[in-house]
Amino acid sequence: MTNKEWPLYEVFIRAKSGLSHRHAGSIHAADDQMALDAARDTYTRRNEGVSIWVIRSSQIVASDPAESAAFFEPAEDKIYRHPTFYEMPDGVENL
Amino acid sequence: MYTQGLDQKGQSDAKGDGLEAAADLAAFQKRVDAEEKIEAKDWMPEAYRRTLIRQISQHAHSEIIGMQPEGNWLTRAPSLKRKAILLAKIQDEAGHGLYLYSAAETLGVSRDEMVGDLLSGKAKYSSIFNYPTVTWADIGAIGWLVDGAAIMNQIPLCRCSYGPYSRAMVRICKEESFHQRQGYDILVELCKGTAEQKAMAQDALNRWWWPSLMMFGPSDKDSKHSAQSMAWKIKRFSNDELRQKFIDVTVPQAEFLGLKVPDDECVLDKKTGHYGHGEIDWQEFIEVIKGNGPCNKQRLAKRRKAHDDGAWVREAAGAYAEKRAAKAA
Repeated sequence: MTNKEWPLYEVFIRAKSGLSHRHAGSIHAADDQMALDAARDTYTRRNEGVSIWVIRSSQIVASDPAESAAFFEPAEDKIYRHPTFYEMPDGVENL
Repeated sequence: MYTQGLDQKGQSDAKGDGLEAAADLAAFQKRVDAEEKIEAKDWMPEAYRRTLIRQISQHAHSEIIGMQPEGNWLTRAPSLKRKAILLAKIQDEAGHGLYLYSAAETLGVSRDEMVGDLLSGKAKYSSIFNYPTVTWADIGAIGWLVDGAAIMNQIPLCRCSYGPYSRAMVRICKEESFHQRQGYDILVELCKGTAEQKAMAQDALNRWWWPSLMMFGPSDKDSKHSAQSMAWKIKRFSNDELRQKFIDVTVPQAEFLGLKVPDDECVLDKKTGHYGHGEIDWQEFIEVIKGNGPCNKQRLAKRRKAHDDGAWVREAAGAYAEKRAAKAA
C-alpha cells in the first residue's frame, strides 16, 4: 500500500443554494471521507461552497473529444428547434 | 508564479518528435490563435504537453517548497494575529501546490512521478525559495516582493491556452492579493516603528530586491523558450516586459515606506515613464538554479524528511481504507 498512489477524486462544489455543483479540480484520497475533508480544505478555504460532491475520477464516463464532431452531429441539422428559425408575420405581437 | 525554470531546462522540448501530422499541428495552432481553450483530452502536440507538464509541475513544486522560508518564522511571529495570518498564508501555498499538481495530472503525468522528481532533485522550482529568511522583516518582504512578482507573472497565466492551468491560475490569483497585502502590512508597521525596525525593513528589501527581479527569468535575449510558448499562448508577455511592470509598480510602494531600492540606476525616466535598473547578476541566478544557492540543500532535505516522516500516516490511511472496503464488501 505504501507505494500505491491514492485514487484520484474529482471535486464539485455548489457555491450557494440555487446554483448547480461545478467542477473545481481534483484531489487524491485514501477513501471517500478523506476525499471530502481534503476537498473542503483544498477548495473551500474562503467560503466558496455550501455543498461538495466528490467522485472517483475512474467512475466518470466521458465523451471523446476526438469524436465530438460526429457525436454532436445529430443536433447540427435541426435548426427548426431554435425559435429564430421561424419568421413571424408583421403585426403579430407577444410571440 | 515561479515558472522561470521553463526557460532553463529541456530546450529540446519545443521541437517535438517530428511525427505529428502537419495538418494536426496547423489545426491545433488555429484553435489556439482563435483563443479557444485546449482541454485535457483534446489532441495537442507532444511538445505542448511536455512544456506544460514541466511548467505546471515546477510551479507546483515552488508553492510546496515556498512554504519553508515562511514556516521558519511561524513559531516566532511577533503576535498571535501575525501568527494566525502567516499560518493561513502558508496553508494557501499548500493549496496552490495542490491545484497545480491536479492541473498537471490532467496531462497524463502522475502525482507520484512529479513528487518523485522533486524529491530526487530532478525537478526544478523557483530560485527565490533558496534564500534564507533571517529576520521577521523578511516575511514582509516575501509577501510584498515575492508574491508581488508572482502576481505579475500569474495574471497573464489566467489566460493561458490550456484550460485546467488557466482555471487553477484564476483561483490562485484571487488568493495572492491577500498574500501581498499581508506582507506590505508587516513592512508598513515596521517602518512606522523604531529606527532599528525600519533598518530591519530596509535590510530585507536590500536582500530580496535582486532575487525578486530574477524571478521573472532570464533576459529576453537569452530566453530561448519564449517564442514557442508565446505562439502557443502559454505565455503572454516576455520576461523583461513583466520585470519592467513589476519594477514600475513596486518602486513607488518602496518610496511610500520610506525605503530605498538597492539600485542606483533605478530612477524614473520621465520620457518613457519607466524606472531603469542595473545589470542583474545572472551568474548568481544560474548558480541558484543549479543547486548552489544559500539554502538549496536545506530545502530539499527538509522536504524529503517531511515526506519520509509522513510515510506511516499514508500507510495507516491506506490500510484503514482497505479494511473498510473489505468490511463493506
